[in-house]
Amino acid sequence: MRPGAWLAWAALVFFAVNLAGVIGTVVLDSFSRRWFDSWVPDGYTSGWYSAAWKEFSLGRVLGTTVEVTLLVVGISLLVGVPAAYALARRDFPGKRAVTVLFVLPILVPPIAYGIPLATMLYKVHLAGTMAGVVAANLVPSIPFVIFTMTPFIEQIDARIEAAARVCGAGSGTVLVRILTPLLLPGMLAAGILVLVRTFGMFELTFLTSGPTSQTLVVTLFSAVNSAGIRSAQSVDAMAVVYTGSVAVLLLIALRFVNPTQLVARSTD
Amino acid sequence: MSTITAAPKLALRHRLAERGVDRTLLLVVPGVLALIALFCYPFLYGLQLSFQPTKGGALGAYRTFFSDPFQRKSIWATFSLAIPASLINVGASVPISYRMRRDFRGKRLILALLVVPISLGTVLTAEGILEFYGPAGWFNRTLHLLGLADSPVRLTMNYTGVLLSLIISGFPFAYLLTHSYLSGIHPSLEKAAATLGADRWNRFRHITFPLLLPGLMTTFCLTFVMAFAVFPSALMVGDPDGSTHVISIEAYEAALERFDYAAGCADAMIMTALMLLVIGVVAGLRSRLYRGATGGKG
Repeated sequence: MRPGAWLAWAALVFFAVNLAGVIGTVVLDSFSRRWFDSWVPDGYTSGWYSAAWKEFSLGRVLGTTVEVTLLVVGISLLVGVPAAYALARRDFPGKRAVTVLFVLPILVPPIAYGIPLATMLYKVHLAGTMAGVVAANLVPSIPFVIFTMTPFIEQIDARIEAAARVCGAGSGTVLVRILTPLLLPGMLAAGILVLVRTFGMFELTFLTSGPTSQTLVVTLFSAVNSAGIRSAQSVDAMAVVYTGSVAVLLLIALRFVNPTQLVARSTD
Repeated sequence: MSTITAAPKLALRHRLAERGVDRTLLLVVPGVLALIALFCYPFLYGLQLSFQPTKGGALGAYRTFFSDPFQRKSIWATFSLAIPASLINVGASVPISYRMRRDFRGKRLILALLVVPISLGTVLTAEGILEFYGPAGWFNRTLHLLGLADSPVRLTMNYTGVLLSLIISGFPFAYLLTHSYLSGIHPSLEKAAATLGADRWNRFRHITFPLLLPGLMTTFCLTFVMAFAVFPSALMVGDPDGSTHVISIEAYEAALERFDYAAGCADAMIMTALMLLVIGVVAGLRSRLYRGATGGKG
């Protein structure tokens, strides 16, 4: 494996250099006065950030983003955790069908179910509203919570609950005083992961949002793609704001969860 | 009398409970209902809508898709991007995660470096690719400086640009998955092979790789799902009217630019069918592989 080792390191270094180049150019450009045909910009300014903040009304967009994200996290935890509990603890007829129902939204590309979903939302006049965006984002989030929570629930010995019942605890007490404290780390992990994913979820929000319910990713995309003359720098400034916020969320997430959980979505 | 009527009720409840049906199952109901309302129903609605185009009979939308070469070619465009991208991502993550099994100084730094692109987002990646690999970007300047290219190499607004963006955004996922599969294979298996005289290459070829292969196929599936649905980057760094006119762009343009919902839904259905076909083929191949214990951490 000696040549293999060199190859691996070379690939890693090449990836790192290119990554640094891609990020570096955008960050540098967002601070540049003018940058055309040279190695480095002609001058530096931080004016693009305040320009982008005003031009794209980022304050309102960030507010919407936070609102949508928190609603999605809250609802998907509320719906997903009990379902994960039932799936982890019981073996019932039709369990396979239910599991398939929960796996499909993870496997089918968001665009493929997003278009029929958006069409349906237009029909019931929910498209463009905050409720529509939240509903669309719940589709991948609920299964994601379920599959993230299942191993956490399986770790809890069912005899602990049985013991609590023997000691006279009712279902409510078992839930509040036994299960919730034990499941809190798992719920935190699932919640943070859904937070990161919803924050960055482009396709579904793009298909279902209207002018007042756009999240930051969609605004960013529209700024690049819509007609009109926009300076590349102010778009870059907004991209840096976006990436900065995701990076902060991701750093918080990595304190609580193992990075492999970010992607291990449905490994059987 | 009351005891007689109560007895069968109780018995039924007991029999159901023995098969796992009791009140706990009610907990799964909200989740199932939500997904039926937000996933199954819209999907069936879309399927039904795709058979009701304004003209051309029940299969009109599908016939239009397959008879128009521009639309039909979007399938080829999608596959010719998604398959190389997923193969490169999975292929590159094997040797790198093989290296990363050992503990060494700076391992956390490299891990962080590999995870960073997840936070980049499509737009920053696209802008970065446009500016870094563009004709006046650092990449072409470096090539020029090293004397490798006389005129700038065209890497953006075409197939290469989209492929680059798929690698930058997909590689971290492929790597993290491969890493977790590889750490599930116990090192003692390789040590045993080493005591029996197998060299590094044979240990990898005959011990680690066969055990890793099922995991690699799952990784391939998940990376493929991501690459298959490539949408924003194909618009921004690609050539959306030509070589990177992928099927998701076709579906989006039909539904939300031409407002032809039947065609949009038909495209979405074709997309889903192709996706499930590929997953089915990979899952079929995977089920023929060894699936026993890997002696791992679990």
